[in-house]
Order: sequence, then C-alpha cells, then structure tokens
Amino acid sequence: MSTTAAAASTPQPIGRPLWRKLIGFNLLTAVILGVGGYYLGWFIGHQISGKSFEFQTATDEHDVALLLAYFFGVVGFLIGLGFANYPVSRLLGKPASLREKEEQGIGRYFGLCTDHKVVGIQYLVGIGLFFFIGGLNAMLIRTELLHPVPTFVGPNQYLSLVGMHGTMMMGMMTSGILGPFANYFVPIMIGARRMAFPRIEALTFWLLMAAGFILVSTIFFGGFPTGWTGYEPLNDQAVMGMDSYICFFALVGLSMCLLGLNMMATIITMRAPGLTWSRLPIFVWSVFATSVLMVLAAPMLIATLLMAALDRTISTSFFLAGGGGSSYLFENLFWFFGHPEVYILALPGFGIVLELLPVFTRKPLWGYRLAVSGMLGVSLLSFFVWQHHLFVSGINADLRPFYMLSTEIISVPTGFIFLCFMGTMWKSRTSFTVPMLFCVAWAFNFLLGGLSGVFLSDSPSDTDTHGSFFVMAHFHYTIMGGLIFTFFAGIYYWVPKMTGLRFNERLSKIHFWSMFVAFNSTFLPLFALGMEGMPRRVSTYSPSLQALNVWVSISAFVLGLSMLVFLVNAVYSLIFVRLRAESNPWRSKSLEWQVPTPVPVNNFEQIPVFDSDPYDYGTPLTVGGAPATAGA
Amino acid sequence: MAAETHPGTPEPNHARRFTALWVISSLIATPLVIFLLGPSLPPGNGSEQASGHVTDNTVLLAMATPVLLLVVIYLIYASIFFRQPKGGVLEGPAVRGDSRIQTAWVVITSVLVLSLAAYGTVRLLADNGAGSGSGPKPLTVPKGPKLPVQVIAQQWAFTYRYPTYGGVETTHLELPDNEMVELHVTSIDVIHSFWAYKLGVKADANPGVDNIAFVKPTHEQSFEVRCSELCGIWHGYMFDKGYVVSPAAFETWIHEQQTKFAPATKVLPPYSNTYSPEPTRRAE
Repeated sequence: MSTTAAAASTPQPIGRPLWRKLIGFNLLTAVILGVGGYYLGWFIGHQISGKSFEFQTATDEHDVALLLAYFFGVVGFLIGLGFANYPVSRLLGKPASLREKEEQGIGRYFGLCTDHKVVGIQYLVGIGLFFFIGGLNAMLIRTELLHPVPTFVGPNQYLSLVGMHGTMMMGMMTSGILGPFANYFVPIMIGARRMAFPRIEALTFWLLMAAGFILVSTIFFGGFPTGWTGYEPLNDQAVMGMDSYICFFALVGLSMCLLGLNMMATIITMRAPGLTWSRLPIFVWSVFATSVLMVLAAPMLIATLLMAALDRTISTSFFLAGGGGSSYLFENLFWFFGHPEVYILALPGFGIVLELLPVFTRKPLWGYRLAVSGMLGVSLLSFFVWQHHLFVSGINADLRPFYMLSTEIISVPTGFIFLCFMGTMWKSRTSFTVPMLFCVAWAFNFLLGGLSGVFLSDSPSDTDTHGSFFVMAHFHYTIMGGLIFTFFAGIYYWVPKMTGLRFNERLSKIHFWSMFVAFNSTFLPLFALGMEGMPRRVSTYSPSLQALNVWVSISAFVLGLSMLVFLVNAVYSLIFVRLRAESNPWRSKSLEWQVPTPVPVNNFEQIPVFDSDPYDYGTPLTVGGAPATAGA
Repeated sequence: MAAETHPGTPEPNHARRFTALWVISSLIATPLVIFLLGPSLPPGNGSEQASGHVTDNTVLLAMATPVLLLVVIYLIYASIFFRQPKGGVLEGPAVRGDSRIQTAWVVITSVLVLSLAAYGTVRLLADNGAGSGSGPKPLTVPKGPKLPVQVIAQQWAFTYRYPTYGGVETTHLELPDNEMVELHVTSIDVIHSFWAYKLGVKADANPGVDNIAFVKPTHEQSFEVRCSELCGIWHGYMFDKGYVVSPAAFETWIHEQQTKFAPATKVLPPYSNTYSPEPTRRAE
C-alpha cells in the first residue's frame, strides 16, 4: 500500500466527454448488467424447470427461475461495479491495480471504492435509505392498527408490511453501526491507513445494497407471509415473494460475515505500535466482540436459508414433517443465528455509549476492563440462549431450566456496561450535548428493555408474554432504544468529523426530545397491550384494546415525524447552510479527532505510536494514597 | 466510587445522599408494586396456572423495581448534580475504577440472577410446566385423574378432540371446572400456537409433534382462544371462544356432541398423538 500515496497524487485525466465517462466499471454498468443477469437467470430457470419439472417435484417452477434470476443479477451487478477486475487480472498474471482508490470527487461515492472513509459514508447513506423505507412500513402497520378490524390494507398486504418492516430492520441494521462508523473510524482509531481487506470492505457494502433492493422487490412477487423469522413450513408454502426474503437474508449474512472477518483481521493485525489490547478504544472492543458474533452466526443463517431454498425448489424436505423433516429444525437453526443477531445489533451500541461518555463527562472510562469483559461475556453467552425463543414450542422442554439460567446470566455482563456507565458519570462534569443526551436515553431505554426481558426469560411467565405485543415492545426497547438511539448518538458525534460540517443545534435538540418522548409513548403501552393478550402480527384484535392501540399509533406517527425532523436537519445543515464544524468540537482526546478534516486518503503521514488509552481526561486526585486507580 | 470530594469545590456527600434516595424510594415502591399492582396483574385467576403467573409476574416486578429505581434515580441525580457549568471546561476526577464496587456489583448481580433462575425453575417444575407446552414427554406430570383433550390446529382454525369420549371432534373447546386437563397440541400443516389467555396456557402446534400442556380451570367462565404464531394470511382471524362449565354441564354437552357428530366421527382417522400433515403444496 505504500505506493498508493504516490498514485493518489497523479493528476486525473480531465475533460473526458460525458459519454466516455459512462463507459467502464461504474454504477450504470452495474445496473445494466444486474438487470441483464436477472433476465438471464429467469430464462435459464424456466428452461431447467419447465412444466414437467413442476409435475415431478410438486414445486413452483418460478421459484427456481427467481432464485437464479437474483443470483445472476447480483453477480452481474458486482461485475459491473468492477469487483471481478482484481481477481481476473491476478489470474491472468497482470499486476494488481489499485485504481479503485485513485479517483477523487463525488463520483467515488457511487461506485467501487476501497477507501474506508468513502465506504463508511456510503454505508451511512445507504443504510439510512433502507432504514427510512423500513420505518415507513411501520407507519403503515400502525395506520392499519388504528382499527380493530382491517380497513386500510388486506391481510396479505398487512403481513407483507410486517415482514418487510421486520426483515428490513433486522437485516439492514445489522451493519447500522459497524457499517458507517466502524468502517470509517476503526482504522483511524487503531492508527492504520486502511482496513485489512479493502476490496472486501467495499464488497460488503454493495452486497447489502443489492440485498436491500431484492427485499423491496418482494412486493412484485406477492410479498411473504412469515415475518422476519421465516418459519417453516409456512415458508415452504408461501408464494414467490418468499424467495426474495431468502435471497435477501442470505446476502445480508454473507455481507455480515465478510464485514466481521475484515474487522477482526484489521483489529488483530493492524494496530499501531503501542496500541496494546488494554489501550484499545472501547468502541473498537465492541466492534471486535460484534465481529466475532457475525463471523460465527451468519454462516448458520446462510446454511439454513439454503436448506429452505432447496425445500422450495427441488423438493427436499429438511423442514417438512410430511417428508420426514422437522419444523423444529428450522426454528433451532434460525435462532442459533437469530439470538446472536440481536446482540450484533446491541453490542456496537454499548461501544458507542462508553466511547462517548468519557468525552462528555470529562472523566476517564470507569472500569475499562469490566466493560471489555462485559462485551466479550455477552458475545460468548449469546450462543447459549437461543432456545428461550422456543419455551412453549415443546422442543427440549426439559432443557428449559438451562436456557432460563443462561438467558438470565447474560444480564450479568450487560450489567457491567451499566456499572461502567454509572461509574463514569459519577462526580463528572457532564455536558448534555445532543450525542450525550442520546447516550443517557440509551441507558433508560436499554434498562427497560433488559428488565422486560426478565419476564420473557422466566419460562413460567413467558407462557403469557411469548408471541405477544410484550415481546414486540421488549425488542423494540433493546434494538430501537439500544441500537437506533446510539446510531443517532454516533451520527451527531461523528458526522461533523466525517463531513467537516455541523448540525443545527436547535433542530438536533428538537429531534432528540421528540424522538425520546414519542419512542417511550409508543412502546411503553405495548407492554400493557401484550400483557392484556394481544398477539403479534395480527391486524384483527379485541375491540377493548382499541383505545390503547390508537394511542400507540398516534405516538408512532409522532415518532415518524421526529425522524423527519432529523432528515430536515441533515438536509438543512449539511446541504444548505454548511457551517464548518470546529476541528474538535467535543474536545475529544481520541485519535480520530486529532487527524485533519477531511481525513487524508491515507489517514496518517506517519503511523502514530500509542502510549496510553484515549481516555486521559480529568484532574488526577491529589490526595495521597487515594484508591484512585484501583481496579483500572 | 472514591469517597474523596473533588479538590477545590466543597461538595455534599453524593454517595450517601444517592443511596438514601434509592433505598427510601425502593422501600416505598416495592411494597406498592407487590400489594397494589400485584393482584391486578394479568392474566387473572382463570386457572391455577394463570394465578401462578400472576404470582410470578408480581415476584419479577418486585425484583425489577429496585433495579429500575437504581438506574433511573441515578440518571436524574447525575443530570442534576454532575453538570458542566454552561460554557465551562471543568474536568472530572480522574478515577478509573474501584475494585470493591466492581466486585460487589458482580457478586450481587450474579446472586440476583441465580436466584431468579432458581425461582423460575422451581415454579416451572412445581406447576408441571406452568401452562406452557412441555413437549411429548413432560418432565413432571400432575397426580390424579386428567381429562385428555387434543387441540388440532390447521390453517385457520382449531378443532378439539376428546379421546376419552369416543374421539369426538368439536369446533369449540369446553372444559369441566376444577379438573386437571391434559392438552395435546398438534398441527396438520404449519406451526400454530394455542393460546388461551385467561387460562394462562400457551403451546405451539408443530406438525408431527404432540405438545402437552396442563391446565386446571378454577371457575366457570368463557375465554378466548387465539393463535399466537404467525401461520399465514388469516392468522389474525384464527380465534374462537371456549367455555369452562360445571362437570355436570360438561357431561351433558359432550354427550350431545357425540350424538351430533357421530357420522363425522366415524370417518375420522383413529385417535393418535399426531396426524399425517397435509402436503403444504401451494395453490396456484
């Protein structure tokens, strides 16, 4: 990589005509090849699975065609972007080209770029787009639930909306923090010039974008009725839209797995001299813990979906009791991925909160080692709890005490994070800036999420709450209250560094308060609704529950509006007003705030040398013999 | 949290003040939760299992209350007393941890969590699965006579089969009051879940699986049965009404059903724990 600095400074050919710029490996070519690949796959699929095939295997011929269409479409899309150039040129014995990193200007953001800072911003915008689509689905769901009987959409559309919302959020937001912030800041924080595998880094982003469009395309194929869990045998029974779900989640799994591998490799091998494991910023630790989960859990998802796809296309019967399979198998395999998945969503949030706290409290991180062990503990234990999703299913019913124990034990390492939070704030000098407000909101939300989790982890009381709105409220408190609030904390904290521009303070505060109040006003009543016996994923409910549902819907609309406030703020501040941010507005001592803005292509002229962790805040205690550093 | 005050500024003893606030509010709130909120917690007293869940919910809520108060009061306290003055650039004390507090926290949370798990386990086993689906061979089975009732789920209705009454199959559920009922939940197509909210019973219906749950209703009532596992487009409409009636009324009712459905019972397959699931072929 040492040659890139020279390469980057070579002048670009200027003045090429526009039509010439459009030819080559870019987004336009990618879309054309993607669409072409799609129709090629559709054609091939119908050739190999004609009418006779359907007769023999009792399957729907279009499933084969659609899965092949998606496959060829994605391959075409990636080739069009230029992902094949490097492996092909190496196979042909030509020297490796680093062209991907040379380009300057706005064009970089619309194609294959191996600069981790560009990928970070691509992720932020791309994921933000799908986050808003998912949120829009939620608004439609809540509109339907204004009435106890369906009035607004039919039952099929309703289930499609529920499925789209859940799958979009659970799928796209897995990289909600790792995608934008870890890609952008981990290399800078650890004093590296790039990620370990820059092309794979770019690949994870473009895979995710392809996946997102595949999921949206499900509306052209009848949607899917299973929700984000995709349980068999309903999965096998569903129409073609289900193949979009399978394809989407498999691509997300692939992207997740590669992202995790890349992060792990980067953090293990590319730390600057002096950056020992005990000096690593806590955010990097959380990224590391999450990456371990991603690498271990995502392949399970891909394998499970492959089995589901085989059941749907060539009539295997992994999950079909009629053919000797078991619906339990899918539940087991899915949740073996699915439970680590929810910690993939939560852990980076822990990291952001603990990373930001020292900056705003002007104190060192309290209990660094405890925080690290908390994150690693959560990440390890999350593989041993998955059957708590199946407490009433009858599977391994005698093992319920074990899963009850393991699930409740996971609150111990989570408690570490809370202790570190409280310890850091103790006797601090806290500035309640917008990112800090989001961190405090995290503590409140995640606390409610965690405490409601106790009712679900307790097998006897889970009998009532399982599959009800109570569960729904619980995981919205942990995921929306945990991940999305910290996601916004990250945006308000780091975007001034990423763009060099600052947000409008007043609009940011309005965004925070409206979001926090509306969020709680939406999801607190859902606990009560669940306890009163309202199941998830229904558009028909008891008329006695209508008043609460109307309250929740209206709060949800306000929550949606608060997101619009953010959007307005982002467009207004970053596109129209463009006030320059100070170079270090938070007076942070972390390394990413010490490099110039915009960050140079290679981050550092000279690789930095670390002699401490980045939490060197506060005035040392002068009292002799004080236990000031005990346990640190 | 070192006891030393910040040098230069005379500060109150925050540790003592905060602890006092927390202890006092917990001492007030926890009994309120137990005695005021507890009895009105769902799912009510429709069955022994439901009453058990009310107890469980009360215990869990009582344990959660001090934890909730600890963090919430802390957040409010810290937001009031640990502020940076406007425009100030003050630094906090450079304390990086306190091994005594950390150890105490680890020990206390572990003890709390272990006792929760022990409590849950005892309740689960003592109450024979506490109304939840406990698989084909439950670890503990209630003593005494039991009325077996099979719940057969399909898209999008439940039917109920009474094997001790000639295997008659009915379209709604009636149960005798004060008798232990052994529900055998199964499905003939996709996964469903049998949920009788007021009775505190929930058991998934998996094709090819016999999922057993025990419930003993404690008074005559009507209750709603809902499917609580997404099972296709009419999932939201998969509900019906069940009744708990006196044993005598139950006998009358079931004999009526036997006569009424005799022609249908004849063509039903013989009673078994599961039935061959229908092929889940798509209708296109």
